[in-house]
Amino acid sequence: MAFVNPKRKEVQVKIVYYGPGRGGKTTNLEYVYQKFNERIKTEMVTIKTHGDRTLFFDFLPFDIGKVNGYDVKIQLYTVPGQVKYNATRRLVLRGVDGIVFVADSMSVRREKNIISLKNLQENLANYKKSIFKIPIVLQYNKSDLDEQGIPLLTFETLEKDLNSKLKTPSFKASAIEGTNVVQTMKKIISLTMASIVKELR
Amino acid sequence: MTYTLGQKQLDNIEDLLQKDLIDIGVRCVFLIDMAGNIIANRDNGKIKHDVYSLAALAAGNFGAVSAMAKIIGEGEFSLLFHKGKKENIHFNKILTEFLLITIFSNEISLGFLRLKVTETVDKIKKTLESIHAP
Ligand SMILES: Nc1nc2c(ncn2[C@@H]2O[C@H](COP(=O)(O)OP(=O)(O)OP(=O)(O)O)[C@@H](O)[C@H]2O)c(=O)[nH]1
Ligand SMILES: [Mg+2]
Repeated sequence: MAFVNPKRKEVQVKIVYYGPGRGGKTTNLEYVYQKFNERIKTEMVTIKTHGDRTLFFDFLPFDIGKVNGYDVKIQLYTVPGQVKYNATRRLVLRGVDGIVFVADSMSVRREKNIISLKNLQENLANYKKSIFKIPIVLQYNKSDLDEQGIPLLTFETLEKDLNSKLKTPSFKASAIEGTNVVQTMKKIISLTMASIVKELR
Repeated sequence: MTYTLGQKQLDNIEDLLQKDLIDIGVRCVFLIDMAGNIIANRDNGKIKHDVYSLAALAAGNFGAVSAMAKIIGEGEFSLLFHKGKKENIHFNKILTEFLLITIFSNEISLGFLRLKVTETVDKIKKTLESIHAP
């Protein structure tokens, strides 16, 4: 839940990147960090294992300037995707305002995407939030692997698996190459801000 | 969904943090919610920490410890304290949704700090009761 500070004229908004392990959530934030590096004055915070898997979360604050006279501070987080880390994943979701679900386009990960989305729904319900009401954007990541001949799920299959009920904006992307990473982020920020701006009037 | 506090209430809280904690020698104090949002913060002007990262980490840290408390059958740990060579961090939970975090050096004794923190918490509790956070 975003906090509005009328004294500082500031709003803090929490956006969480969710999805199966190794899907590319951390890579999304790393790309944003590097791309906007003169605008982001602080270090990216990461709590990870030796093998580079997210253990708790990544955190990246991102100022988008003024909206309706308020300074908007977007706080980007990732969760650990590995199934065993559900307790910490749930902690990161606390007070979330918007979600990017990063799915892995590799055919072998089809089941993992579906399980992770269901897990998101359950964890949101734990905070009395509905996956159908919260701003959410889907990202079908690793589309670059196509060129290497790695079997990928088609856009239609991914839509059918993950977006048939949500009916929310979705992007084919490659976090490693930066394709559609910024577009995904812009979309979730605009959806989330739209729901917040109504309350700022 | 958003939540907010009035300007007057925020002034009030910041005043308290200044008078009760910074003025007795605490380096830096911030009031956050469990989502990691900063509600108010004050420092002695000599140091500039990255408060947003600190808030995110503090909320995560406290959340993790609370989850541990549940597993071992302890309702909660309402206080946490990390001791360093020069700097220390103290966490105090307020109601269910908020945390008061103070960073202080060894020049202040832990006992005295706890006393002051408890006093401050009692005073800001009322204001915080009026809002419903995440
Ligand atoms: N080819 C390709 N590889 C990617 C892409 N995005 C991420 N990767 C790789 O996939 C692996 C996992 O990426 P991460 O960003 O760490 O995945 P994660 O979702 O944060 O994983 P957890 O922290 O375990 O949940 C890394 O080796 C990345 O380099 C992509 O778009 N294309
Ligand atoms: Mg990660």
